[in-house]
Amino acid sequence: MTRRKPIATGSDWNFAILTEFEDEIARLADEYRLDTYPNQIEIITTEQMMDAYASVGMPVGYSHWSFGKQFLAVEQAYRRGQMGLAYELVINSDPCIAYLMEENTLMMQVLVMAHACYGHNSFFKGNYLFRTWTDASSIIDYLVFARKYIAECEERHGVTAVEQLLDACHALQNYGVDRYKRPSPISAAEESQRQEEREAYLQAQVNTLWRTIPTSSASEILAAGRGEEDPLGLHDGGRYPVEPQENLLYFIEKNAPLLAPWQREVVRIVRKLAQYFYPQRQTQVMNEGWATFWHYTLMNRLFDEGLVDEGLILEFLQSHTAVVNQPAFDSPYFSGINPYALGFAIFTDLKRVCQSPTDEDREWFPDIAGSDWRETLEFAMRNFKDESFIQQFLSPRVIRDLKLFMVVDDDQEEMLEVAAIHDERGYRRVREALATQYALSVREPNIQIYSADIRGDRSLTLRHVQDSRRPLARSVYPVIRHLHQLWGFPVRLESLESDEVVRRYQWPLPDEIKQE
Amino acid sequence: MSYFIDRRANAKHKSAVNRQRFLDRYRKHIKRSVEEAVNRRSITDMERGEKVSIPARDISEPVFQHGSGGKRTVVTPGNREFTEGDRLRRPGGGGGGGAGEGSASNQGEGVDEFAFTLSREEFLDFVFDGLELPHLERKALVDLDEVRPVRAGISRQGVPARMNIVRSMREAHARRIAMRAPIRRALREANEALEAEERKDPVLRNPARISELKEEIARLEKRMEAVPFIDTYDLRYNNLTNQPQPSSKAVMFCVMDVSGSMTQSHKDIAKRFFLLLYLFLERNYEKVELVFVRHHTAAKEVDEEEFFYSRETGGTIVSSALTLVDEIIADRYPPGQWNLYVAQASDGDNWDDDSATCRDLLVERLMSRLQYFTYVEITPHAHQALWEEYQNVAAEFPARFAMRQIVEAGDIYPVFRELFKRRVASP
Repeated sequence: MTRRKPIATGSDWNFAILTEFEDEIARLADEYRLDTYPNQIEIITTEQMMDAYASVGMPVGYSHWSFGKQFLAVEQAYRRGQMGLAYELVINSDPCIAYLMEENTLMMQVLVMAHACYGHNSFFKGNYLFRTWTDASSIIDYLVFARKYIAECEERHGVTAVEQLLDACHALQNYGVDRYKRPSPISAAEESQRQEEREAYLQAQVNTLWRTIPTSSASEILAAGRGEEDPLGLHDGGRYPVEPQENLLYFIEKNAPLLAPWQREVVRIVRKLAQYFYPQRQTQVMNEGWATFWHYTLMNRLFDEGLVDEGLILEFLQSHTAVVNQPAFDSPYFSGINPYALGFAIFTDLKRVCQSPTDEDREWFPDIAGSDWRETLEFAMRNFKDESFIQQFLSPRVIRDLKLFMVVDDDQEEMLEVAAIHDERGYRRVREALATQYALSVREPNIQIYSADIRGDRSLTLRHVQDSRRPLARSVYPVIRHLHQLWGFPVRLESLESDEVVRRYQWPLPDEIKQE
Repeated sequence: MSYFIDRRANAKHKSAVNRQRFLDRYRKHIKRSVEEAVNRRSITDMERGEKVSIPARDISEPVFQHGSGGKRTVVTPGNREFTEGDRLRRPGGGGGGGAGEGSASNQGEGVDEFAFTLSREEFLDFVFDGLELPHLERKALVDLDEVRPVRAGISRQGVPARMNIVRSMREAHARRIAMRAPIRRALREANEALEAEERKDPVLRNPARISELKEEIARLEKRMEAVPFIDTYDLRYNNLTNQPQPSSKAVMFCVMDVSGSMTQSHKDIAKRFFLLLYLFLERNYEKVELVFVRHHTAAKEVDEEEFFYSRETGGTIVSSALTLVDEIIADRYPPGQWNLYVAQASDGDNWDDDSATCRDLLVERLMSRLQYFTYVEITPHAHQALWEEYQNVAAEFPARFAMRQIVEAGDIYPVFRELFKRRVASP
């Protein structure tokens, strides 16, 4: 390898220099067979970065006060110097949009290009969750459609009405995703074209649902059998929906009796966007780890080839070290596990296992030890999400390096218990527990729609299956209040612990009902 | 394949709408914060924005979450001394320590404040929200000598700087068409004649006629060219005329008692009050001038520094100040051009016989010319003669004269709001 002259020195940059660096990074990425969408790299100012931040990185978004709140929070933190603006923001779209901030140094710009334009970008294109659940080519168009549609609604129905509807939808948006089936791809052109037909069709469907009184069929399903009160068995039509529904917003969109067509469409928009962000919530460790691994690799290659000088690489190492720093649990800087640190550690160690495995590695990873590292990493990136990725690839070595340990906090015990630490007996349990910690199904309460009383008082009943006796936080009341606004009739929520109802919530609150 | 786009010139405040919506939504909370800030702030300090905190609970966006309780397993980094089977006391506060992510956010609820900064404009919007200047009448047009130039069509005279290029060129174009038309017609006829002549049999041709026609054509072509492209006659200018303007100038007289009985804290309170009034006027008028008049037994016009900070002793004669205000108005601020406001602060002391004089001065000379007179009495004690006399004035001019008592700094803003509360239009 011939050492070449550095492309640039110092911390100033211009477009010519950036283009040159970009070409070199692209060449190296190609050498590593990183498969990416085309990059659209946008240079923006600090204010624009704050704007982008506030709208979760979406280049176009509909208007809502919560984004304003987000913006104020970012602005405040930035002004006080508590937070450097994240130096990278990248959008899962085709072409992949990445932002470079005007005031960054040259090193930062190169780093961000390596991290976002090749790291994240290849992850978006490769990982199975993104490929299954999101449609990179149409997201921007869809956002434009959503923004326009919501602005029209505001014009027609008033800002307040739309805002309240969005509030309610936002409260439920984590429950607006299909977890097990692939959604149909979203496309803006089609959306607006079909939107009107859909309105009419949906409304007709809902009307039918609420008008029909089905003849009694599968009457056994419901325990409440034919009684003296109902000799004709009109209430025996079985539970609706027949199966519990996990996608709350979808159910609302299709079944809420009183929503106007435009309101259904807004519910749909929030749901579609939630679905788009769903993979991101499940792959944080992997995604950041992957991007960090590649910026580290690519930057070092640039240095090896002499394309950057010592000054720049030292500045890079300082920044990189800060990014992958993991404070200990008792440090004042501790705020949970740093996904950059964990992900980077796992990918880096995976490479080591492939290249120079120890006996321990051969025992733990018999298939992987000594294999081609590039192929193994690609496989890991493509086919896992955080939960399964940790379960599969967290090595004893990383557990030791991070000194991971597991604490059990049981409210029936007086003391906390250290259940496992980073030793021979603990590795598997620590790994298992850490993987579970990243499972969305454990992080978020499991709540599903159990039944809608379409033949009676039209109340909606949800069921929450408790996980390890963990109850719902008090925020449950405002959330079911929002749900009640959407549904239009009483909403009940039952918490189940091993198939027994242990706690009931409802909205409107019972005493309010009495007052009425 | 990659490409760069420079977006720096694009619009910045994409979040402005969202920001405004947030502020509107939490108007009530923000107002409370702003009120506290006004009372807390040091006097010179109204010129900046304000940090505002809202209880995070009030603006949280609720989602289904796990509450505390039940059995939780947490993996955290950085173990030093623990081994398997160790038992630890629960760290205080439930969350903290080993609890790690997930629980931290909901445990802290109720304590957290959502803090952000209002810009100066936004801050003042909130400070003066719902307030209005009473009798903000634009001065009648007749007695006004203030004018503003406004566009008034197009004229043929003007200075080059006001030339309307488009209109001038259009005029020139029209004139060229008009002036060339007869020449062009003659030229066409001459050409046709020439052609007809040349088409004739060579024997029948009239060479004299041909050369005559050729000359004619050359002459006409020359005339065509001589039509000027642009002429002074074409030039058009944007016309401006002077339109009389309602006055948007205001002058605010700050009148303060600086006799021995006024302590520095009295003055501070007065100063805050004056400052609020000044900022408020500044928002309503293009130009606000300040006149500081202080008095003990004699009144004097001073600058701001001296007004607030120099110390005096002695008795109090309020009428001296009112007389001076009257003189200054006569001298420098003709009421036809200026909106006049007087704000007086005092601890209520006055020379016994003087209060009646004050009333007469106000009723007979001043009140008819003023937009508004506010009097604040900074005292925890019982009112004296001045207050009672002023009450008579207030009874006579209920719409233009307002008086309130301030006991401590915390009263300033409420009193101010009360004085300038937007009133439902009275019949």
